[in-house]
Amino acid sequence: MRIKSSKDFYSGLLFMVVGMGFAWGATDYQIGVASQMGPGYFPLMLGTLLAVVGLAVLFQSLAVETEGSDLIGSIAWKPVCFITLANIAFGVLVGGLPSIGVPYMGLMTAIVAVTFIASYGSDEFRVKEVFILAIVLAALNYTLFIWLLKLRLPAWPVFMSH
Amino acid sequence: MELISHLSIGFGVAFTPVNLLYAFAGCLMGTLVGVLPGIGPPATIVMLLPATYALQPVSALIMLAGIFYGAQYGGSTTAILVSLPGESGSVVTVADGYQMARQGRAGPALAAAGLGSFFSGCVATLVLAGLALPLSEVAFVFGPAEYFSLMVLGLIGAIILGSGTILKSVGVVLLGLLLGLVGADVNSGVARYTFDIPELYDGIGLVVIAMGIFGYGEIISNLGKHESERKVFSAGFKGLMPTREDFRNMVPAVLRGTLLGSALGMLPGGGVTISSFAAYAVEKKVPLRKGELPLGTGNIRGVAGPEAANNAAAQTCFIPLLTMGIPTGAVMALMLGAMMIHNIQPGPMVLTRNPELFWGLIVSMWIGNAMLVILNLPLIGLWVKLLTVPYRWMFPAIVIFCAIGVYSITNNTFDVWIVSLFGILGYVFIKLSISPAPMVLGLILGRPMEENLRRALVVANGDWSVLFTRPISATLLAIAALLLIIVLSPSLRKVREKAAAQG
Repeated sequence: MRIKSSKDFYSGLLFMVVGMGFAWGATDYQIGVASQMGPGYFPLMLGTLLAVVGLAVLFQSLAVETEGSDLIGSIAWKPVCFITLANIAFGVLVGGLPSIGVPYMGLMTAIVAVTFIASYGSDEFRVKEVFILAIVLAALNYTLFIWLLKLRLPAWPVFMSH
Repeated sequence: MELISHLSIGFGVAFTPVNLLYAFAGCLMGTLVGVLPGIGPPATIVMLLPATYALQPVSALIMLAGIFYGAQYGGSTTAILVSLPGESGSVVTVADGYQMARQGRAGPALAAAGLGSFFSGCVATLVLAGLALPLSEVAFVFGPAEYFSLMVLGLIGAIILGSGTILKSVGVVLLGLLLGLVGADVNSGVARYTFDIPELYDGIGLVVIAMGIFGYGEIISNLGKHESERKVFSAGFKGLMPTREDFRNMVPAVLRGTLLGSALGMLPGGGVTISSFAAYAVEKKVPLRKGELPLGTGNIRGVAGPEAANNAAAQTCFIPLLTMGIPTGAVMALMLGAMMIHNIQPGPMVLTRNPELFWGLIVSMWIGNAMLVILNLPLIGLWVKLLTVPYRWMFPAIVIFCAIGVYSITNNTFDVWIVSLFGILGYVFIKLSISPAPMVLGLILGRPMEENLRRALVVANGDWSVLFTRPISATLLAIAALLLIIVLSPSLRKVREKAAAQG
């Protein structure tokens, strides 16, 4: 059997796995009956339905001829990693990790870090340019969020505030 | 007469300097982000949401509505000038708008889009104001069975009117519904799918998921592509004003577009995109007058009709949300999310409990439309310049905006971890050609659907036929079934496929 649309094949697979996961998880909760629905009733129903839809999509991808190859294409690993990393860095720097005693470093530090990490995910990384961009963005966000909108965000590292 | 007194309440609220300022700021920021290709209205709204957290609820909603229209409008500007539709509602505008621009008639094309949108926006605002009261009274006779069926209809509508294949959209809606169930069950208090993580007890925030899927997913996908040459249009404008002949062609097209858009916008599914496609299809059928260019080669009707339609639909799609509390599309789901952040539960009660908010929002829609005309026509040069800003400067700013937005909802880093996960999922969706918009709708309807179904079945003693024996509920389900049948008919399928291929 040949996969005729790999996009649909993996979509179907994704739906099936997630649907079965939810349905299986629902069996941990009380299911109940229609007149007395337990917490597991609705998710079990939806999960099963999703798995069935996934199966149908999967079947279609194997049976129905599509125009063109409908291939997924290459995966942009570099942006995936660096954008995710930038986001995590933001969380750590602004919120700190109280559970393991990492103090917060404030919004300004986070913006500079995020700008550098995220920019590294693109194909054109120029240190000087990114540096200027980081400063501009820090100033812009300070003006907008801290100064104008007064969001409750720490702007500076914990050791600089009182 | 009642309408006038209501509108005057609205004017009283919206015409305060502060709220005018927020409407202006919303329109400006929305247009600013909306002209950037690849960032549609949902992404624009989630990105700019944090800017409204600190405001009063009324001001926040006025600003958000402004952002939405601005995003909508910015999309058509770039569609005409550089053949890059900023959002799916202006995909058809490219055909004639860009041709007109190439013939040196960018000015009249932009003016047609602007004036057509303004006119249709005014009409649609009146439709909204007029229909709001009667419809919210209908909502009071709705029982759980009716609400459940209405939500089914809403989801089917979103599946049908959205882009993407039907089966995959069904899947993604179900996925959204399931994700919406994460957290403590209202009835039993059982924590579902929380993996013992306390932050998940209240469920996963809509904004968090939307931010990941629309914001980060799109950034990753854009970075993965090779930088395509942007065809920035540099030839000067020969004046903005359309000629007399242009007006003669444009006016009927605007009227037809307004009518179509107002009607289609109210449908579940929030037919902004589909209404512009439908308007274009209608204009194509209308016989050409003497000396008129055929559609697709720079006919002003091909710009005016769809633009009027999508703007009218953008207004009337607020009707189900404001009167019934049921969002019909991703953008409306986000508006609902924003309202809930400000502790407003939309629905028939808003009208009676919070009339200032309701009518203020409606009047501000009209103000927003007027501002867009005033704002956009003179500032077109600026928007075009914005397109020349390289993406490598733009995306770090977007990442930061999204991160601040997510973090500042609850000041909890947990949301930041979750958004990373959904960013990756958003990229997976793009790679698999799964349209994410219906998922957002499912996400917000998951809990209310379960709750209403549960209550309906308790009353009916577990008899599912209650959904088909109560007349309103049966009618709603019949409409849903009818929609499914219509969409599988060949003629509409073509329109949908075209929409899916281009947007």
